[in-house]
Amino acid sequence: MALLEIRNLRVEFDTAAGPFRALDGVDYTVEGGEVLAIVGESGSGKSVAMLAVMGLLPDSATVSADLMAFEGIDLRAMPAAERRKVIGKDIAMIFQEPIASLNPCFTVGFQLDEVLKAHTSLSRKERKDRVIELLESVGIPDPLRRVSAFPHQMSGGQCQRVMIAIATACAPKLLIADEPTTALDVTIQKQILDLLTDMQRDTGMGLIMITHDMGVVAETADRVVVQYKGKQMETADVLTLFENPSHPYTKALLSALPENATGDRLPTVADYEAMMQADVREVQP
Amino acid sequence: MFRFLIGRLALLVPTFLGVTIVAFGFIRLLPGDPVLLLAGERGITEERYNQLMEQFGFSRPIWEQYFDYLVGLLQGDLGTSIVTKKPVVTEFFTLFPATAELALCAIILAVAIGIPAGIFAAVKRGSFFDQTIMGTALIGYSMPIFWWGLLLIILFSGILQWTPVSGRISLMFFFPQPTGFMLIDSLLSGQKGAFASAARHLILPAIVLATIPLAVIARQTRSAMLEVLGEDYVRTARAKGLTPFRVVGMHALRNALIPVITTIGLQVGVLLAGAILTETIFSWPGIGKWMVDSIARRDYPVVQGGLLMIAAIVMVVNLTVDLLYGLVNPRIRHN
Repeated sequence: MALLEIRNLRVEFDTAAGPFRALDGVDYTVEGGEVLAIVGESGSGKSVAMLAVMGLLPDSATVSADLMAFEGIDLRAMPAAERRKVIGKDIAMIFQEPIASLNPCFTVGFQLDEVLKAHTSLSRKERKDRVIELLESVGIPDPLRRVSAFPHQMSGGQCQRVMIAIATACAPKLLIADEPTTALDVTIQKQILDLLTDMQRDTGMGLIMITHDMGVVAETADRVVVQYKGKQMETADVLTLFENPSHPYTKALLSALPENATGDRLPTVADYEAMMQADVREVQP
Repeated sequence: MFRFLIGRLALLVPTFLGVTIVAFGFIRLLPGDPVLLLAGERGITEERYNQLMEQFGFSRPIWEQYFDYLVGLLQGDLGTSIVTKKPVVTEFFTLFPATAELALCAIILAVAIGIPAGIFAAVKRGSFFDQTIMGTALIGYSMPIFWWGLLLIILFSGILQWTPVSGRISLMFFFPQPTGFMLIDSLLSGQKGAFASAARHLILPAIVLATIPLAVIARQTRSAMLEVLGEDYVRTARAKGLTPFRVVGMHALRNALIPVITTIGLQVGVLLAGAILTETIFSWPGIGKWMVDSIARRDYPVVQGGLLMIAAIVMVVNLTVDLLYGLVNPRIRHN
């Protein structure tokens, strides 16, 4: 049984200009211990899909799917209270903007403790120890002192480490990382990616990495889903994807990497637009 | 934080000086002579008039009067009422508990209803409830206080006869007032029915006085909550699997409270201004009614002193609000 199995996921937003379909019939399967990368440019529906899994989309969104199962249990059939027991505990998520993702009014210790309080039966003393342990495990120096720091007193990288500590506090079976390094500078990006992949290897959790950075994909993923304008273009294991991309959009993405440039001008996705339009029409019913 | 406090305290000095000029100057701009008004319809001889003008110091040049007034202030002397001959400070502190009780009940009412209403409207944005709450708030904000007060008196005191028309407590009750707050004193007196009577007298004026602050607080809470509910940290709180109550009531509200506290602080000025009308309508024996009566009698020392004391209260409340920011918002506390 797959850890997460989603079939034919569609998400529509009510807008002033009428309904807008952000996701159109995408499928995902994540096995335990697997790293799945979802790639695509902005607006391809990568984040929307995962926010739908977490139940974090606004009321204006309509989510439908043939199947949206976590460990075989359909998330959509769960009552809200039951689903909250899974979210934050078995499925956790970290976001793109680490500083904005932490509440400026509470200490990082409080924000970590809160998730333990919600999902575990640990005593206050045990939770306090676990918070220190978690901060230490994500590489926050001097955790005893930093536990009472506010987010504005920490750097972006440290805030992302705290977010990772919050997400992994209850040893989730699946961690969704939504562009976790986009807002960080390059040296910190590497550290955060290493931290995530190390944790994934050590705990055996499933990891979904949402990114538009093909370098991150090559470094971390086992399998890759390529999305474009809310549709799934290609699913392949990482080696196949890089060596033998089958879809024109994937080829476009890969050829837009500076290291793959052959001429004077770096090709863009727009150069492949005509080929892709033909292909998108093919997959549409 | 200490430097911030010193800076704010230093700012109070020019503000206070400005208030003395306004208080001293504006009452003198009003037509009408305090001594002639004091004499009443019987009139007064020219000799006696000059004598009184001399006695009150009104015959001296205006800048001399202002200077004397400032010197008196520095010595803690707000002057003596030319009508009652009692020190202004004594009169103020005798009447202030009544206004404080009314204003406190009004602000508690406004906060207790306004904040939850604003939160509810924000969470249910665009719904029937949101539109009803915000529509009602707009009506409350737009309504003239005296007209609203009269409507309530007609309905609850006139037609339904649930509440008395005026005063702080029924004349049946008499007891010492150690706190000056009728609700507390009536409880302390142990007299049966005294508290209920005090509460029945208080409820209508409190509702009338609370109406505008309530509307403002509800609208401000709604807009602050709407802004905060879209923030990333609220999404993080939901991603932790926390209950909607905790997400909204703790993570969102704590951040939304920062602008709301400013609004509540500013409402204290509105409350004291509103108290002048409300106390007049309900014959509430507080400083609002005292000020209105004194203006009508051109009792210069009382109007000057009263205005100054009210301004001082507003300034102290605003300073407290500034300090409260630090408690609510750690970013300010640490900077």
